[in-house]
Amino acid sequence: MYRLVKTLNRQALVNATVSIFVVIAIVIAGSRNLQNFDAALVAYLFGTVFAVFGIAYRYSVWLQRPPTRLYWYRSWQFLFSKNFIPYALRSLKLFLRNILLQRFIYPRGKLRWFGHLMLAVGCVLAFAITIPLTFGWIHFTLDPNSISTYNAHFFGFVVTSFELGTPIAVITFHALVWCSVIVTIGAVIMLRRRLTDGGLIATQTFEGDWLPLFLLIAISVTGIGITYDYTFLQGRTHQFMSVTHAITVILFLIWLPFGKFFHIFQRLAQLGANIYKVEGMKRGMAVCPHTKEEFASITHIEDLKNVSKKLGFDFSLKNGGSHLDLSPEGKRSALAKAHYKARKESGKFFG
Amino acid sequence: MAVSEYNQEMEFFVDMQRCIGCHACEMACAECETNGQESMIHVHYIDRAVSVQTTVQVCMHCDEPACATVCPADAITKDNFGVVHSANTSRCIGCSNCVLACPFGVPIKFEESELMMKCNMCYDRTSAGKKPMCATVCPSQALYYGTREEIRKRRPESVPVNTFKFGELEVKTKVKIMMPKGATKIIVD
Repeated sequence: MYRLVKTLNRQALVNATVSIFVVIAIVIAGSRNLQNFDAALVAYLFGTVFAVFGIAYRYSVWLQRPPTRLYWYRSWQFLFSKNFIPYALRSLKLFLRNILLQRFIYPRGKLRWFGHLMLAVGCVLAFAITIPLTFGWIHFTLDPNSISTYNAHFFGFVVTSFELGTPIAVITFHALVWCSVIVTIGAVIMLRRRLTDGGLIATQTFEGDWLPLFLLIAISVTGIGITYDYTFLQGRTHQFMSVTHAITVILFLIWLPFGKFFHIFQRLAQLGANIYKVEGMKRGMAVCPHTKEEFASITHIEDLKNVSKKLGFDFSLKNGGSHLDLSPEGKRSALAKAHYKARKESGKFFG
Repeated sequence: MAVSEYNQEMEFFVDMQRCIGCHACEMACAECETNGQESMIHVHYIDRAVSVQTTVQVCMHCDEPACATVCPADAITKDNFGVVHSANTSRCIGCSNCVLACPFGVPIKFEESELMMKCNMCYDRTSAGKKPMCATVCPSQALYYGTREEIRKRRPESVPVNTFKFGELEVKTKVKIMMPKGATKIIVD
């Protein structure tokens, strides 16, 4: 055990441990010393705490990689510069466009974009509902002066009231059903792609591509099963439905830091990469010595020279320059020229 | 998921000197299902001001791929067959590090979809025991996919080389370049 702990990344371990203490603290504070905490959801809370630990650990390890660390550092440096307002507005716009609406997937395929949007919207809505419920931040009580009015509490304060049987009550109490339907539609679209697209069939893996979709469908179906049970079966199968749903959700939470779902947290780096590109263009563009055309920012090329050197790729040339000063086309031409030179020196171009 | 029938006796040989700039490989490459109808191959004049010679470039599938090493999102991976795959679409953040770090100038960034794509040696075909699209259509055999024995018979005056020197840096690749007999490496500086 001690040997296993010793192999762990110390910084990541500290960050992950701090993260779970933060989660426990906000659960205690938000549920008013656990008085509003729903004990029936304790298994979900343990799953969430594990997921937070795993995500914080993996994220911390990920940030220690030189290229990731550079983007992380540069993103904050450029955001909190004298151009804070334009970059913050740009990031907000890109967040809405690319993170919430996922427009960058649209050029890859309309149906693919729609399917992924359904998955993302369903999952984000479900998280927005279940995490506050699990943490005891939200709970519902029957109004003491009524037999049909429900009060919704947030952090222990009444935020809204509604009558049972009204549309708002139906929408609220079935919110996770709508999420399940949305997620299932998205998952089926994505499953169809994986069954019919030749490129995906050749490159996909079970644990990387199929398991996440199966998990999402299993969570959705078992979740709908709970509603089905109390609506049509008078709760006779409640234990089975709730236990199977809890199992699938907890499996999802445990898998969250390791598998494909981690890209949810990585995706935000796209905003940083965009600011990096814009700021780089402002600072000046590099011109390829071969094509005589601009191809990237000087900042990017210089950063890449340093990062690649750190990683054991020293592209320095004998003439004092660097192979990285060439554009992609310049590099291809340099290789072709070297090939031509070798052929010419041998006296035989073919054969 | 799919059972691979990757034939490791088959190798990819490139001879840019034989490229006639017909762009047939580009058209064929766009048929590869892993690329989504985008061509991943590069054909262009080497230096149009002084020569009409063209060059062709596929991914060389480096033993230690610079593109994967500098990727901040861990989106590029090399498999057990030595094939360096195109960016994982769920991870790629479109930063272009790989585009600029590849010593062979191979990866392409698609700005609209914030995604890098590159040649993966027609993995849908090679993993099923077939040849890559470009090599099947190249009329001058600048791109050739076959066994070491076949290429030895066809090009008795040449040897396949997979060691490249970029200044001090030595890069070894899965794809070979046909060089004059006796050559052991190709020096780019």
